[in-house]
Amino acid sequence: MPIRSEPVTVNVGPQHPSTHGVLRLRVTFDGEVILDMEPVFGYLHRGSEKLGEERTYTQVITLTDRLDYVASMTNNQAYVLAAEKLAGIQAPERGMYLRVIAAELQRVASHLVATGFLLNDLGAFATPLMYCFRERERILDLFEMLCGARITLSYMRVGGVFQDAPEDFWPALRKFMADMPHYLDEYEQLLTDNEILVTRTKGVSILNADHALNASVTGPVLRASGLPWDLRKIDPYEIYNRVQFDVPVGKAGDNYDRFKIRIDEMRQSLRIIEQCIDQIGPGPVRAIVPSLIRPPIGDAYGRIEGPKGELGFYLVSDGSIAPYRFKIRSPSLINLTVLRDILIGWKLADMIVTLGSIDINMGEVDR
Amino acid sequence: MLGLGIVNGLIVTMKNFFRKPFTISYPEQRVLQHPRFRGEEFTWYEERCTACASCAKFCPLGIIRIVTHPSGETPTEGDSYAIDAFDIDIGRCMFCGLCVEACPYDALFMGSGFEEAKPSRRNLVITVDHLRAADKRPSTWFRPQLEAQGYDPHKGTEVTWRDAGREHFLYHVPQRPEQESSTATEEGKP
Repeated sequence: MPIRSEPVTVNVGPQHPSTHGVLRLRVTFDGEVILDMEPVFGYLHRGSEKLGEERTYTQVITLTDRLDYVASMTNNQAYVLAAEKLAGIQAPERGMYLRVIAAELQRVASHLVATGFLLNDLGAFATPLMYCFRERERILDLFEMLCGARITLSYMRVGGVFQDAPEDFWPALRKFMADMPHYLDEYEQLLTDNEILVTRTKGVSILNADHALNASVTGPVLRASGLPWDLRKIDPYEIYNRVQFDVPVGKAGDNYDRFKIRIDEMRQSLRIIEQCIDQIGPGPVRAIVPSLIRPPIGDAYGRIEGPKGELGFYLVSDGSIAPYRFKIRSPSLINLTVLRDILIGWKLADMIVTLGSIDINMGEVDR
Repeated sequence: MLGLGIVNGLIVTMKNFFRKPFTISYPEQRVLQHPRFRGEEFTWYEERCTACASCAKFCPLGIIRIVTHPSGETPTEGDSYAIDAFDIDIGRCMFCGLCVEACPYDALFMGSGFEEAKPSRRNLVITVDHLRAADKRPSTWFRPQLEAQGYDPHKGTEVTWRDAGREHFLYHVPQRPEQESSTATEEGKP
């Protein structure tokens, strides 16, 4: 007698509304094979875009901390660049260098979280995650020296950074820079040739370059598909045209490439920080800006290459102290939209790994 | 060769097995925060505060409540308002530090602690009496004059309002009715 199977719809998550990263996946299975999938989000919606319209240009910085809470520094940077463009403010050079150093440290920290949780989802329970968090902890210590907070940083201001780095920041940063390549070697030794990891991720959930372009995917997910699109190279902001770095690209666009590209990008980030330490000179860190900024009537779109992709802020000014419209182009939301197409035909266990390899952050998806 | 990657990985795990632990067991051991740490238990110097409410206006959440009345005591010395209430609801505070940045007289400082747990949300409101009585161990966040002294809130002594300012205390009028007069007269002579 032949066994008859029917499609079954299963809701995966959210476990509890107070957990972080509340994403619900409505998946239709045939046995273990995914037939259809739909991400349902909005559980973490806080209305950041509307809240930003009621706050002054400085106060909005505290809102941007809470979008992508594992990469607050780059959120600050993107918003601050958009506001500077809108108000026609030029940050001093030392301020820009400090912003780049902080943003690249944040990129390393975010990629460490992405790598650690991808492997945690793969079943390598806690060991690589703890190794990654050990180094992330040191970056957070550096942030604590810079701005007194570890996660919700509010470090950057319109026209620079809020204050110069303390004396003990530079030796600590140099020590971190000396140690970090060894840690990265350790991850590579632990992970990149690991047969279990390779078998589970290579050739799984392939996103080809055409599809990635059509879905306007950005960041490591796009570069893993083989397109060297990096805003730091293509549209250099701040001082990125003065530093040398490579844009690592993948070949296949599978889960393994998305994992490997993040390790390579961390090395490039360290290269950028090293050059910034050499190039940074004395001077002011903050332009003289009134505490209540009233930009001229107009609009501006500022974008950066965040750890997860192109992060953009669109600001419309009506000449008052608060933005008239505050729109966020968040990479996590747009990268999440390809999840259905690359998952169909794969199995349940691959779904969690692919979700980890796309590296979404629900704070940014739902805003 | 199959399995070589796993053996290679196990070498890393074994190396880490013999490393010193990175974590500490928290309640017994503590990591001291950097002096710039934006902690709770705000430090407030009443002698410096003019009740201008810049901090309340700059707070993104609007959780600072200041109630004043004209004091009319010594208006020539800049003492024109008396403070009835200075409530900071740290149950809703996100410790962004914008109030400290906004303060034009360097009267408000971030604190250095992080262990303010209360059984009720109502008790999380810091009142003016609490602020007056609290330890004056300010964070050096946005206060370069403290940072230049190498001040560390976890090690140093308490900072009086004279030592905390951006300007030298001689430029301020020192005596105030409620101040202890002995230190004020010997230090405050121009």
